[in-house]
Amino acid sequence: MPEQKQPIRRAKLTTAPILLSAPLVVFLTVFFFAPLAVMLSYSVRNNEVPSVLPHLSKAIATWDGRGLPPDSVFSALALDLRSNNDSMALGEAARRLDFEVPGYRALLFKTARRLQAEQTSTAPQDELTSIDARWSNPRYWLALNRATASLTPAFFLAAFDLKMDDAGRIVRVEDDRRVYLDTFLRTFQIAGTVTLLCSVIGYPIAFAITVLPRRLAAALTFSVILPFWTSLLVRTSAWIVVLSKDGVVNSFLTRLGIVSEPLQLIFNRTGLYIVMVHILLPFMVLPIRSVMNGISPNYMKASASLGAHPCLGFFKVYLPLTLPGVGAGCLMTFIIAIGYYITPALVGGAGDNMISFFIAFHTNSVINWGMAAALGVVLLSAVLLIFGTFGRLLGFSRIVALK
Amino acid sequence: MLQDAERMVFFEPFAKEAGVTFSEDSYAGEQAKIRAMVLSKNVTWDVVQLDHAEMIVGCDEGLYQKLDWSKIGYPEDFLPQAVQPCGVGAFAWSFIFAYDQDRITDGPKNWVDFWNLKKWPGKRGMRASARLTLEAALLADGVKNEDLYKVLATDEGVARAFKKLDEIKSQIVWWSTGAEPIERLAAGDVAVTTAFNGRVTTANQNGRHFALVWDGQMYGQDYWGIVSGSPHKDLAEKFLTFASRPEIQSKLPEKIAYGIMNKKAIAMVSPKAGEAMPTAPQNLKNAIPFDAAFWAENDADLTAKFEAWRAR
Repeated sequence: MPEQKQPIRRAKLTTAPILLSAPLVVFLTVFFFAPLAVMLSYSVRNNEVPSVLPHLSKAIATWDGRGLPPDSVFSALALDLRSNNDSMALGEAARRLDFEVPGYRALLFKTARRLQAEQTSTAPQDELTSIDARWSNPRYWLALNRATASLTPAFFLAAFDLKMDDAGRIVRVEDDRRVYLDTFLRTFQIAGTVTLLCSVIGYPIAFAITVLPRRLAAALTFSVILPFWTSLLVRTSAWIVVLSKDGVVNSFLTRLGIVSEPLQLIFNRTGLYIVMVHILLPFMVLPIRSVMNGISPNYMKASASLGAHPCLGFFKVYLPLTLPGVGAGCLMTFIIAIGYYITPALVGGAGDNMISFFIAFHTNSVINWGMAAALGVVLLSAVLLIFGTFGRLLGFSRIVALK
Repeated sequence: MLQDAERMVFFEPFAKEAGVTFSEDSYAGEQAKIRAMVLSKNVTWDVVQLDHAEMIVGCDEGLYQKLDWSKIGYPEDFLPQAVQPCGVGAFAWSFIFAYDQDRITDGPKNWVDFWNLKKWPGKRGMRASARLTLEAALLADGVKNEDLYKVLATDEGVARAFKKLDEIKSQIVWWSTGAEPIERLAAGDVAVTTAFNGRVTTANQNGRHFALVWDGQMYGQDYWGIVSGSPHKDLAEKFLTFASRPEIQSKLPEKIAYGIMNKKAIAMVSPKAGEAMPTAPQNLKNAIPFDAAFWAENDADLTAKFEAWRAR
């Protein structure tokens, strides 16, 4: 009587698995979800300026945003800059403002230095504009106004090549700054191509591993998995040596007389595809192989006994059975591929950079964590969307290999 | 290569003299790392070698300590640009271009030639940074040395630099660390490449025949700085004093062909090493000083535009 049996088994099993998985849950929360949430909050956070310029932030809130702000705003800024003794925090505020108007960083530091060096009794407005004429340009005050709002859409807008103009409208950024939409598209295009190539190359390899005698299969598996154990950087550098003008491939081809001039195999899209396919192939082969291993040879025998040509049998019987593996492999390959940045930077050509390059660039080089976080959120959403769609199509349990 | 030379000239002798152990790390301009150290009060680097524009910005923001020059030595012995509030001049570099004489006999002679893909076909190695690359493009477009930064300060000038770069974009291979252009030149992946001069000379000392083109070279300085909150501040100051001593500095050009900043040390360099230095009179003809103040102010903006252009 199954109705009675099941509740009893469930009750026995609940506490133990929860306790067993507790370390994982704690670990994920502390070291993954919490930092991720903090990082993502940077994408809308806007507290750099208010924390360093508290008086200014209060004063500017009363300004209607037309023309120049009233004297009280000028004097609040002068007061804040004069009393600032945390140059590190000022640096962060200055960077935030530089994102709104280029050159703001230098302007803010110059003004702070001059204000701290000399005490004058002139009116604050004259004092600031005599230090730098830019203070009489409303643009710089509007930027301050935007940077003191409690939350900002600026980074998300920028991730889609949009910005808020001085009148508060959402407009496209200037031609010479449009970069992210194209880069997102390119990222998906490169990842898609790599996934396609991996599936075309990986499928026969996986099949060979399942049908070959044990020893040969083991050797083949080993050669597929070997790249797993080598560092990404080492593999990429090795490919640079192999594919360069004087490299192994080119000298082989020229010596055999197949080509007269060395081929340009690296520092372009071709090189990028070669290297990425090599690195990502295991992620395609392994899931397909695990599905193939579970398919009984009897199915093909049955289709043959019913008179089907092996080709027909393959397409009607075998291929559909392996599709979950192919789907899982494609999903894994694609998701890993869209996160690549070292490889495109090293072996790609001009204009082969992917979106992760910009995330790393904003994190490490220009230190605009808001921008890095916003791009990260967009990329993460794309991954979740793809995962969700594939999950619906294939079944989530298949993807995480529970079935 | 630079780090190897510095280890022989500065790090090991200092460790011996001061009786301390020295650990080295590589820093490629990731200021985020230093900011994170200073913010979290977990500073693991004491002394960092910085480029000039980074030093100015980091000094403003309190990433580097203001130096007490009375402890460090004799500022009057130094070339004036070596004495800064947060930095002691470490060495002078030059940004030039080079090609392999084993492959090209009658090579390009200036930035205009660098752009000439017809006469000298092949990939061009260029540094993946707006700094120095935009300058090179404007020089190739016929901007006079003395007008260079005036032109670059205008929107039209920036557009002009990108337009010039468009001409060779399909042939550019980007490099980011100083060793890369040399490796690619050696492998024949690039026909002509920009580079820092010291690396090229070192490659030649190791048997290569790379030509250095000094015409239109851009020169600047790197600095030693002390990270704010350095746990070994006294020792760090001692190191800066040690590295500024003329007899110590004068050894650097013998290992790698960079210029040095202590006037007394310059007098002690052998004539052979002196010839390869950026500051040798024949190399300084038509040379342009790198404007670090300009870059400290405009880096964020021009870098954003540069990366947008590069991604297109």
